[in-house]
Amino acid sequence: MSAALSVWVSGIGLWAPGASTWDAFRDVVSGGAPSGASERPVADVLPPNERRRAPESVLLAAAAAGQAVRMSGRDAATLPCVFASAHGDQVITDYMCQTLATAPLELSPTKFHNSVHNAPAGYWTIATHCHASSSAVSGGEQAFGAGLLEAASLAVADDRDVLLASYDIAGSGPLGAMTSTTGPFAVAMVLSPRAGGAATRLDITPERGNVGAEPIGDPWLDGLVASNPAAHSVPLMHALALMRPTALRVPAARGLDLHIDIGVAA
Amino acid sequence: MPPLAIRAYTATSALGRGLQAHADALAASRGGLAPNDFSFAPLACWIGRVAGVEDAPLPPELTEWDCRNNRLAWMALQQDGFADAVRATRERYGAHRVAVLLGTSTASIGATEEGYRRLDNGNMPADLHRPVLHTPHSLAGFVAAAFELEGPCLTVATACSSSAKVFANAERMIRLGLIDAAVVGGTDTLCDSVLFGFNSLELVSPEPCRPFDARRNGISIGEAAGFAIVERIAGVADAPLLIGYGEASDAHHMSTPHPEGLGAELALRDALERAGIEPADVDYINLHGTASQKNDEVEAALVARTFPASTRASSTKGFTGHTLGAAGILEAAITLLAMRDGRVPANLGATQPDPLCGPQMAWHEESKPIRIALSNSFGFGGNNACLAFAHAEHAA
Repeated sequence: MSAALSVWVSGIGLWAPGASTWDAFRDVVSGGAPSGASERPVADVLPPNERRRAPESVLLAAAAAGQAVRMSGRDAATLPCVFASAHGDQVITDYMCQTLATAPLELSPTKFHNSVHNAPAGYWTIATHCHASSSAVSGGEQAFGAGLLEAASLAVADDRDVLLASYDIAGSGPLGAMTSTTGPFAVAMVLSPRAGGAATRLDITPERGNVGAEPIGDPWLDGLVASNPAAHSVPLMHALALMRPTALRVPAARGLDLHIDIGVAA
Repeated sequence: MPPLAIRAYTATSALGRGLQAHADALAASRGGLAPNDFSFAPLACWIGRVAGVEDAPLPPELTEWDCRNNRLAWMALQQDGFADAVRATRERYGAHRVAVLLGTSTASIGATEEGYRRLDNGNMPADLHRPVLHTPHSLAGFVAAAFELEGPCLTVATACSSSAKVFANAERMIRLGLIDAAVVGGTDTLCDSVLFGFNSLELVSPEPCRPFDARRNGISIGEAAGFAIVERIAGVADAPLLIGYGEASDAHHMSTPHPEGLGAELALRDALERAGIEPADVDYINLHGTASQKNDEVEAALVARTFPASTRASSTKGFTGHTLGAAGILEAAITLLAMRDGRVPANLGATQPDPLCGPQMAWHEESKPIRIALSNSFGFGGNNACLAFAHAEHAA
């Protein structure tokens, strides 16, 4: 049976506590390098002023997206983009709810406009002069898989390269106890409908049911997966780092997984 | 693109529950805005509030999802036979072949706000200790759970373009054969985040909003829910059609539209191209028309320079208020009603037209056959969408 969607991975970006770039992550996974200390995400796509003021969610998403676009060699201005996050910027949501409960008229207009779920998509398109479509999506705990399905659909349906960035930041306050997100994580990919020199292909087929994630067996990687919805991408990133053909499943909704066959050019 | 059939649709807003309430209000040019009585410290402004949400809890089996936003969604789903249509769609295709693709800007954040108002030793109070509510995905999760749908389930949260963009998500997935049908739409409810948030940006009018009036001075926030079922046209007779959509980004500013309406124009061109139509083919445009200074200025100029005078255009936010993430689906439903009934809705609220407006503006209700119509939705962050609809015979 042929896959429902086939896309080539022409760029990858990642930020994890202990590996602040895709290259660093790959070195840990495939080269046995130790994971390092956490470093601030480098969102050098954003103008310096914006970078200083940007909330953590925007920095994280832009850092991963910037790496992926750079690796792909594509022009960010022409790439439709999908930003996927389970919970958006929880630190701002916590601030908003605290302030609204005590002094609603003192709500910060800047915090409010940074609170929208599409803030990273907005800052990204402004910084990269991107007039293509942009989207901000959530799929709850399955936000990474839901975003991947959407981005791959867009790439194949419109026959153009698409940027996917998936991120979540740690929860804080009473909200944090509801979301169980304990650490930040972001991942990004440029997905292409044709090979165009890319070494890795994803054949994606939606399948019924949630089989659940198998532990990778590495405490650092398994810790990442448990810490953050965007890190449900870690098994896929692990496989991409090892550059071996393999198959795995990524949850994309309640009752729906994506079966992904990873093909690697010889 | 191959057109899609809209097998069923419904809307609930300050104009009432279901399509007939909306058709009646539009025919009578009777708006639904009222002085703000929402929250424990109401701002002095006007709102579009849906009556009776407080008194309509979810059925017992869905209690985990109970909150204002999901109540309004459920209330809307019960209108116009929509819930039965969803169940029939599930039977027809199978639960995993039907997607739930919904737009919202704040989902059930009202429940999170409430939890913070009555914290229990710094923790979410026990009755609100329900993680499914405290996430932007609450609405889509709820609808998928309520109808036991197991296809792709996605929340689009691009502010005010959210529930327009879901039609595009659905079209792509259907064209690629990933699904056979999708429940699209969205819900947004009044909450402190949006009332005090837009107030902090000085975008809220102290009066009922006046889209495209020379003296307009801000938005009126409303709440609404709306849904549609879209699928391939084969086997669906006499349904209105989605014939195109356009999506684009302004790349300009988080809360101010591009001064020349670049993103809006790109979305419009994309929609016309996908639909295979020219501006002169468009009989009616439901404008975004929020009554904010900049949005209306940019949109009025775009319409004036693009369309012939025979194209009629109006904003219906004077009827319903700006329902934010639900605006796309509410105004899609109003556009489909305008086509069904052959009536161009009035641009309610404006008495002194902005001189930037062209002859396309329908200041008062008009009778006119509408074969092809557009609906514009522009969001925070410069996120634009335009939908193109046509009568059933367009496919022939």
